Amino acid sequence: MLRDIFSKKKKYATIPSEQAKQEVPEGLMTKCPQCKTIMYIKELKKNNLVCEGCDYHHRLSSYERLELTLDPGSFQEFDADMIAKDPLEFPSYLEKSAQDREKTKLNEAVVTGEGTINGIPTVIGVMDARFRMGSMGSVVGEKITRAIERAIEGDKPFIMFAASGGARMQEGVFSLMQMAKTSAALNQLHEKGLLFISVLTHPTTGGVSASFASLGDINIAEPGALIGFAGRRIIEQTIRQKLPDDFQTAEFLLEHGQLDQVVSRHNLKETLGTILALHYPNGEE
Amino acid sequence: MVDQLPFEKPIIELKNKIAELKTFTTEKGIDLSGEIEKLEGRLEQLEKDIYGNLNPWERVQIARHSKRPTSLDYIDRLFTDFLEFHGDRLYGDDKAIVGGIGRFQGKPVTIIGHQRGKATKENIKRNFGMPHPEGYRKALRLMKQAEKFKRPVICFIDTKGADPGIESEERGQSEAIARNLIEMAGLKVPIICIVIGEGGSGGALALGVGDHIYMLENSTYSVISPEGAAALLWKDSSQAKRAAETMKITAPDLFELGLIDGVIPEIRGGAHRDVDKQAGEIREYLEKSLQVLRDFDGITLVQKRYEKFKNIGEYNHVSDVTPVE
Repeated sequence: MLRDIFSKKKKYATIPSEQAKQEVPEGLMTKCPQCKTIMYIKELKKNNLVCEGCDYHHRLSSYERLELTLDPGSFQEFDADMIAKDPLEFPSYLEKSAQDREKTKLNEAVVTGEGTINGIPTVIGVMDARFRMGSMGSVVGEKITRAIERAIEGDKPFIMFAASGGARMQEGVFSLMQMAKTSAALNQLHEKGLLFISVLTHPTTGGVSASFASLGDINIAEPGALIGFAGRRIIEQTIRQKLPDDFQTAEFLLEHGQLDQVVSRHNLKETLGTILALHYPNGEE
Repeated sequence: MVDQLPFEKPIIELKNKIAELKTFTTEKGIDLSGEIEKLEGRLEQLEKDIYGNLNPWERVQIARHSKRPTSLDYIDRLFTDFLEFHGDRLYGDDKAIVGGIGRFQGKPVTIIGHQRGKATKENIKRNFGMPHPEGYRKALRLMKQAEKFKRPVICFIDTKGADPGIESEERGQSEAIARNLIEMAGLKVPIICIVIGEGGSGGALALGVGDHIYMLENSTYSVISPEGAAALLWKDSSQAKRAAETMKITAPDLFELGLIDGVIPEIRGGAHRDVDKQAGEIREYLEKSLQVLRDFDGITLVQKRYEKFKNIGEYNHVSDVTPVE
C-alpha cells in the first residue's frame, strides 16, 4: 500500500549480528557492561579498552593485547596455521571452529610468538576468549608447548596471557591431557632456570586456571578478572547459597594469597618490562 | 537386589527363575534338574552377551556402582606393611585422598589414591571422594618424599572431580592441581596411575601424570561428566547416555585413541563381584609395569614422561583443509 512507503515504522526488527553480540561493535559508540555508560569506541580504544568511568577492563583480542604489550613491529608469530582436528568426531565441532575462525579472523584460541618488551626479547602467548571461549584443545596445548620449547631453545623468558573458559569439551580427554602437557613443558623451562610470567585476564577458569596459568614464577592479574577453578553456578548449586559479588575476582585471589599482584592494564607493560629487566640479562642495570 | 543395574534385569530374572525351580525341586520332590541345567546354560550365555557388550553408559553405571571397590580395598590386597600418612603440613588432612608407604612384592613403594565412601556416612566423611586443595598438597608431599627415598609412586584414580566449593577456591584449588601436574612431570621416580572408578577431569589428572596409565575395563576418564556435557550440549542432563557415547570416556575407547597404556580386564559383571580376584588382575599389571620402569634413571624417566604427554594431541594445518593454489 502507498501508506507503507511513507510509514516510518520499520517492518522488521534488526537483530544484532553474531559479531556485534560477541565483541565491541565496530560502530561509533559502545556501552560499558559494568557501569552502562555510553562512550565513543575511539576514546575507549585510546584508553587501552579500559572504561574511564568505572575502570572496567574490556576484553582484548590477541592482537590488540600484543600491540599493547610488545615493542612496535617486534612480533613474529609461531605456528599460525595450526587448526583444530576432530579426534572424537564430535557433532558440529569442525563447523563451529570454522565459524569462529571466520568471526575472529584467528585460526585458534591462542596466538604465540616472540617479540621484545623495552628491548628485551621474550616468547609470548596470548589467548583469545572469543574463539570457542578461549578453551584449550590440542591446538592450544600444542602451540603453548611449542612456544615454551622455543623459549628453552633461545634462553628466553616466557609470558602467557590466559583468557579461557577451561578445557575444550569437544576434544574430551585430549583436552584434559593438554593441562598435563603444558605443565610438563613448564617443568622443562623451570629446570633450565628460565622465567615464566603468567598474566591472568578475564576470564581464566577451569582447566587453564588449574594448569599453566597458575604456574608462573610470578602470577599477575588484571583488575576485576574472573579467575577460578569451578564455575560459579556449579558452586552455587553445590552449596545452595548465593556467592558474594567479588568471589573469584582478581582482587579476591590477591586477598587469599593466590596472586603476586593485580596490575591495571595501563601499567602492565611497564610492570612486565621491569620484571624482565630484573631477570635479564642477569638483572643488572 | 538393591545393587542391580537396569541392564542386568534379564540376568536377575533368569537367576530368580532358576532359584525358584531349585526350591520347587527340594520342596515337591520333583526332579527338574534337566530344566535347571538348560536354564543355567542360558544364563551363562546371557551373562556373556550382556557383560561382554557393555555400552558406554552401562560402563558408567558400573564405574559408579555403590559397591565398587575403592582405593583402600585394593591397597589392603596389594600391599603389605601399609602405613597411612596424614596431612599436608599446611592446612589439614583431606580424607578424600589416602596415601602412605608400604611394600609391593617386598619392595617399598608410595601409594596414593582418591578415596570415596560406600555408604552415606563414610561418603560425607570422605567428601564423596572430591578432594580439597589440602588433599592434593598431601599427595604432593608424599610424592616428594617418595622421590627422596627413591621409591616408585602408585596412584589410584577414583573421583568425580575436585571439590567445587568456596573454601577450595579460597585455598587455591587451581594452584593445587596445577602444582601437582608440574611436579609429577618432574618427579624422578616411576609413577604408575590406575583409574579404578571414575576419572573426573582435573581433579583426577592431579594424580594422573604418570609413566604408565592404566584403566580398569569399566572405569571412565573424562574432561566433564556425561551429565555436565549433556547439559551444555543439549541443555538436557537426561541425555547423559548419549553424552557418554559421544565423549569417548570408557577404558576401551581411550585405549583405542592411544590416550592410555592399557585396559585391565574386569571380573565379569564388574570389579565389585570379586575384589580379591580383581586385585589379582591389577597386581599383574603393576608387576609388569614396575619391571619396565625400574630400569630407567630419574632423568630418563622425566624425559620419557615429557615426551609421552607432549605427543598427546591431534591437529591440522590450514593447508590440510584448504588446498593451497
